[in-house]
Parts: sequence; structure tokens; C-alpha cells
Amino acid sequence: MQPQFFSHSPAQSAGSLSRRLARWGAAALLAGAAAGTFAPAMAQTTTLKIIPSSNITVLDPIWTTAYVTRNFGYMVYDTLFATDLEGRIKPQMVDKWKVSPDNKTWTFTLREGLEFHDGKPVTSEDVVASIKRWASRDTFGAQLSKVTERYETPDARTFSIVLKEPFGLVLEALGKPSSNVPFIMPKRVADTSGDTQIKESIGSGPYVFKADEFRPGERVVFTKNTRYKPRAEAPSGTAGGKNVYVDRVEWLIIRDAQTQMNALLNGEADILEQPAFEQYATLRTNPDIQLVDAQPAGNQFILRFNFLQPPFNNEKVRRAALVALGQEAFLRTQVGTPGLTRYCKSMFPCGTLFESEQTGDYTGVANPQKAKALLQEAGYKGEPVVLMRPTDNPTIGKLPMVAKQQLEQAGFKVDMQSMDWSTLVARRAKKDAPSAGGWSAFMTSWTASDILNPITMAMMNATGDKGWFGWQTDAKLEEIKVQFAQAKTDTEKKKLAQAAQLRAFETATHVPVGQYNQPAAVRKNVSGLVPAGAQVYWNIKKQ
Amino acid sequence: MLTFLGKRLLATIPVLLVVAIAIFMIVRLTPGDPAAVIGGNSATNEDLDRIRVQLGLTRPLWEQFAIWGKGVLHGDLGFSFFLNKPVLELIGQRMEPTLSLAGGTLLLAVAIALPLGTLAAWRMGGWLDKAVMAFSVAGFSVPVFVVGYVLIYLLAMKLQWFPVQGYRRISDGVGPWLNQLVLPCLTLAITYVALLSRVTRAAVSEALTEDFIRTARAKGITELEVLKHHALRNAAVPVVTVIGVSAALLLGGVVVTETVFAIPGLGQLTVDAVLNRDFPVLQGVVLFFAVVYVAVNLLVDVSYLFLDPRIRY
Repeated sequence: MQPQFFSHSPAQSAGSLSRRLARWGAAALLAGAAAGTFAPAMAQTTTLKIIPSSNITVLDPIWTTAYVTRNFGYMVYDTLFATDLEGRIKPQMVDKWKVSPDNKTWTFTLREGLEFHDGKPVTSEDVVASIKRWASRDTFGAQLSKVTERYETPDARTFSIVLKEPFGLVLEALGKPSSNVPFIMPKRVADTSGDTQIKESIGSGPYVFKADEFRPGERVVFTKNTRYKPRAEAPSGTAGGKNVYVDRVEWLIIRDAQTQMNALLNGEADILEQPAFEQYATLRTNPDIQLVDAQPAGNQFILRFNFLQPPFNNEKVRRAALVALGQEAFLRTQVGTPGLTRYCKSMFPCGTLFESEQTGDYTGVANPQKAKALLQEAGYKGEPVVLMRPTDNPTIGKLPMVAKQQLEQAGFKVDMQSMDWSTLVARRAKKDAPSAGGWSAFMTSWTASDILNPITMAMMNATGDKGWFGWQTDAKLEEIKVQFAQAKTDTEKKKLAQAAQLRAFETATHVPVGQYNQPAAVRKNVSGLVPAGAQVYWNIKKQ
Repeated sequence: MLTFLGKRLLATIPVLLVVAIAIFMIVRLTPGDPAAVIGGNSATNEDLDRIRVQLGLTRPLWEQFAIWGKGVLHGDLGFSFFLNKPVLELIGQRMEPTLSLAGGTLLLAVAIALPLGTLAAWRMGGWLDKAVMAFSVAGFSVPVFVVGYVLIYLLAMKLQWFPVQGYRRISDGVGPWLNQLVLPCLTLAITYVALLSRVTRAAVSEALTEDFIRTARAKGITELEVLKHHALRNAAVPVVTVIGVSAALLLGGVVVTETVFAIPGLGQLTVDAVLNRDFPVLQGVVLFFAVVYVAVNLLVDVSYLFLDPRIRY
């Protein structure tokens, strides 16, 4: 109801109040805008600001296999050996090494002058403790550990691995580029059980982690390790000289993809590690931005079967699914952007050492008619395929929809169930029937460096119950892997990797459904990003 | 007054106990497994079993609750599974951004909404009233993230007045702290201005119809005095209630705004804990939110005593 009596004009009062309000508002905005100019003077340091691919929660690269933690490891720690861009193993902290004539004793000498960030020298005892802890958690490490009789440390710079039987992949294991990477830590830290998270991030790597500036979920700060002695060779992959040309690196944790891109375009960040697929079109046309493919071997999408439950406990049904799935639709739907995808029917990623065209019946091109015939031959009884779909994972979330369509075209009955990624990873560990909370198939993505050979490729773990989700048991595949581990020459290794792949296709361990790349978006004043099997940040210059 | 406070504080104990039990059970019954998140893609079942043992997840549920409950009674909310830090420390780290965001938003909202709502009530049916109501509807209808992106585009990317994202601690200097807060506070304030101005308008317009207003005017008191001392004071109870609820909501974390502006507040901590199934953090923050809600409600109730002498408990 309108008030009826006014002691003075309401229009006047309203006008004066509005003016006052407008003045307050303007003052507040100006104060805010001007505030930016009150920033305290900073010393002249070069700071590289990076938006990593995901939030980093765990700082122990042995305890978890998360890629972001692996990348953190490369900042802080150094490795004994490393993998160059061509996939060859090169010495890193090791100066020289020799193998006994019976191939059982491997003796290594560390480079001179290696120091941890606290100024203490890196000794052979630190190395042995680190290898032991890594081997307690890593699949490749476990293989090495199984054939290791003992470790010896004759002096501070020399250590030996004495084997019970020859193992042809000692250097490959120690120079493994991706999770878990055998990083070298001080003995007092490395003596922590592999099942317990370490409390201190101290290494001998090119950067020093600033624990006092670490704010989980907000920012991770590193400074240049001025004591670091880089190798003389040019950087290549995770190998070569790790020269640092910036004083400080800050990882900015930003979860929203749009905000990530805005921060990069606005100059608040220098590198966006992994833009969303749909952002490449915008980024390509921006004159301040360059796209740098720092992980040229790329990534691979796969579909994994559950070997314990119907219908995929039947090899013929799995083979029908293998024939039903075609890579083109997966890549077009999930990635879309031209130039980022690659058709590759090899299980070992195309462009890597053991890539092979020997894929048996698998072509990577969908053939619903053939799949239908195979399914009939297999005696498929219409058991529903419970296909899990992660709704909150933008990298792989669309893949199951394509799989559902292609499998249904081949005659499968598919029950696609949506859930968040955390639920999916918990559910895939369940061995129950799909109707009782289990599953039939799920899809995921691997960085190429994780699936370079039959030992590290989780899908080729055919040890049954103790193996990878899906729990395949295949003595023949395991035997090929043993031979691969004992092989002495590259030719022999290549032949055996090929045999392992053929066997994997024969038993349909999983289906590779295409390769893709996700180049980093980098501001043009930044140069020197090193292409590698992991995201590494040495050698970078910022003008 | 003291009896009232004592009674209210005692009444919070069962509330917090129920919340503690409920959140513990809900968190454990939700599908998902922190061990699977920690183990990553290449972990095997054996690896996951080992991690579960290490995290204490293989103990009976009642035992896990007893351990957690005992810790809470001693002021220890537990240890994050992922971050290797005490939950209290993590909450402490997130308090400053959350308090800054909530405080800034409320300050802006109250400063704008109270005069706007009052003016709208005073000129009910006029152009100002219509404009305020139109803004109120729009402010509520447009999603916060849309407002955020529009403001970022205009004020950060085009005009370069403010940064796109991030949070600067007050220890970095008051200037940078304020500069970083303007956009997110403005974004959130739009919604709260819409809400508060509407409530203020309704409350003030009702007060303006009361007899004592007519008496005041008849005594020749200026219109500004009538508004300030009679109408607003009498309209204060519903307005303060809404401000209190808003404060509680803001302190509970504003996830969308925090995400759009990359502000490391309590909302983001909660979302991360949910995604990772970081049980101790999730239990800790929810319990913390419950305490905040109870405290804010208590403050609102106490404020009634001062605002309206007719109210007696």
C-alpha cells in the first residue's frame, strides 16, 4: 500500500538515496580495480605458471599411479635411467654400469656430485632403499624384485643388483617413464613402507618442492634446484640434460575447463597442460597461443572385458565384440577435433617401439555382420552386457555410448549404467555377477608410456585373481611375457612383444579403440617444452 | 537470556550427534572406494586390499565410527586419506577464502539490497519498485555460472580490470586480496541482492501500513526518519533471518562460484572429498557445516531479542 503523507517530495528522497547508492557502488568498484595496483613489489624472478591436467592430492609417486603425481615426481626427483623420445633407455643419475658375463650381476656407478635438496649426497644406500620401495608397489618393479637375490652397496657411489636368473629388462624397469616411476629418494624417506604415504617430498631432481607454500587444491610451488647438475646431453623424452631456465614454477589448480582457458588467454597462466577437446578450435585461432604436443606418443582408448562373468567369460563372445567395435566412431564422438586422433589397431601404441600390424582378426573397423555371425556361433544367450559409463570424466565419458550402439548393432543386449568415476573404479574391483553389483565391460584411457610393452600393459596381466580388473587367466600369455623379460636383443624383444599381442588378440584381452593426442596450449613467450612420455618441465624458457 | 543460551547450546548436542552418525553412514554407504581412487588405473585387487588395510577401511564399521567419534570429542577430525594432512588443518586453510567470499558477498548484498528493497517498498507500484522487482526476478533466474562468465568476459578479459581466477591471501596485501575478490563477490551478490531486496520490500511495505507509522508521520517526523527508525527496525526480523540463512549458506561453501573463479574454499574442498571419497575430510567438513548452521541460527535468534523487544524466550 502506498504511504499517503509525505513531509517532502518522495522523488527527491529517492533521488538522493539513489545518488548515494551509486556513489558507494562506484567507490567499491574503483577500490577493487585500484587494489590491483597495490600489490607488493616482487623481486625480478621468472615464474612459470602451469595449469596441470588435474588436481594433485597425493604427493607420493610410489603410493599412487595418478599421472599428476607422476609429473610432480619428475619435478622433484631424479631417476637412475630414463627413456628418450625414441623409447631407448639412457643413463640419468647413473654414470656407468656393467653386467657380469652370466647376466646375473648388474653393477652401477652413480654420477659424481649428486645431492638431495637438503644438501646431503645421494648414496647407493638411498638408491637401494628407493628401488625396494618402488618394487613393492609397481608391477614392473615386482617382476624385477621376483628375480632379485640381493642388493649390494660396495661404496657410496656403487650399487649392484644380483639376480637369481637373468632378466633382460633391468634397464627398462629402472628407466620406466610412467607410473610408477622408480624415483630416487633419501633412504630415511624411502624406508617408509610402500603402503604408507611418505611425509616429505625431498629429492635430487631439477626443482625443489616448497612444502611451506603448498596449498592443496589451490597451488603447488617449486623453485629451481640450484645444486642440480644436469647431464651434458640434449634433453630427449625423460632423458638428457634437465636444465632449468626459470626461477620458480607454480601449478595453479583450476577445475573448470572454461576458467582454465580464460586464465591462459588472459595471461594468468603460461601453460594449459590438457585443454578440453572442444577448446582446440578456439585455441588454434588465438595469436598468443601455440599448441605443443609434449606427449607425441599420445594416449589410447580401450574397452576391457570381465573374464569371470557371462557373457564375456566366453572367448568367442569377446571375439564377436572385438569385431563389432570400430575405432572411427569412438574417435569422432569422443575427440571430434581433426588432427588429434589416430586410427591404430596395434595394442602397443602406434609410434612406439613395439607397435605391430600383427593383430589377427582385429581390424579396428566395425563389422556388425561378422560380429553377429560370431555371436551366434558362440551360443550367446542374450545375457545383458553391463557396460559402466563415467559421467564425470570428460576424456572418456562418451565412449561407452558408442560401444553400446555398436554392440547392439551386432546383436548384444547392452545395459549401460552411468556413475561417477570414483564409483566406477570401485565397482570394477568387484568380481560379482553383473546382476549382483558386478560388471561386464568398462572403458578407459592409457598414456602410451604406460602400455609400451607386455610387462607394463595392465591388460596383458593374465594372472587371474591377482591380476588386473577383468581377471584373465592365460598361462600361454604369461609364458610369452617371461620369455620377453629374458630376451637379450631388441629383435628378440620385438618378436616376443608381437607374439604377446597376437595371443592377446586371440583371447581378446581388451579392444584398443583408437589413439588420440591432447597437445598442451602454451603462450607464445614460452618455449622449450620437451616432448616425453610424461609431462616434464625442465628446459623451458620464458621471455 | 543466559538460560535461553544455555538451553539452545544443550539442544545442539543431539543435533550434532545425529548429523555425525548420519554423515558417517551416508558416506560409507555411498558407492565408491578411496582405495580404488588412490590405486589408479593399473592397480590390481591385491593392491587395493593393501591400501584398504592401510586406511583402516577393513575394520568393522562401528569400530571406524568409534575411532572417528573419539577423535572428534578430542577436537581431532581425523586425517585426510589423500592429502596426508589433518582435516582441521585443511578446513583452516580453506576458511580464509570462504570467509572472504561470504563476507564480501553479504556486505555487498546488504549494502545494495536494503536500500533498494526499502525504496521499492516506499515507492510501491512506481518505476523504481518495478525495476527492483524485475532485477530480483532476473537475479534469481539467471544461473550463477552464467553471471560469472559474463562478468569475467566483460570485466576481466575485455576491460582487464580484474583477474579471471584465483585467490590471493590477505597476507599478500589488502590490494591484491580485494582485487581478486571483486568478481566472485559481485557474481554471488547479484543472487543475494535479488533475494534480500525482495524480502526487504515485503517486510518494509508491511511495516509501512502499521498504525505507529501513521502516528509517526502525523507527529511530523521526516520520511527518512520514518523509514530508518520505524519501518526498517520493525521490518528487521525477517530480513535478519534471511541474512542469517544466506550467511550460513555462503559459509557452507558456494561450489559453482568457487569453481568458476578457482577459489579454494570449503565448497571446493567438499567436492574434492566427495569425488575422491576422502571420508575423513567429508565427515569433517559436513560436521563443520552443521556447527556453522547451528551457530548462525543461534545468532539470528539472539538478534531477535534486540530487534524486537516484544520477543521473549
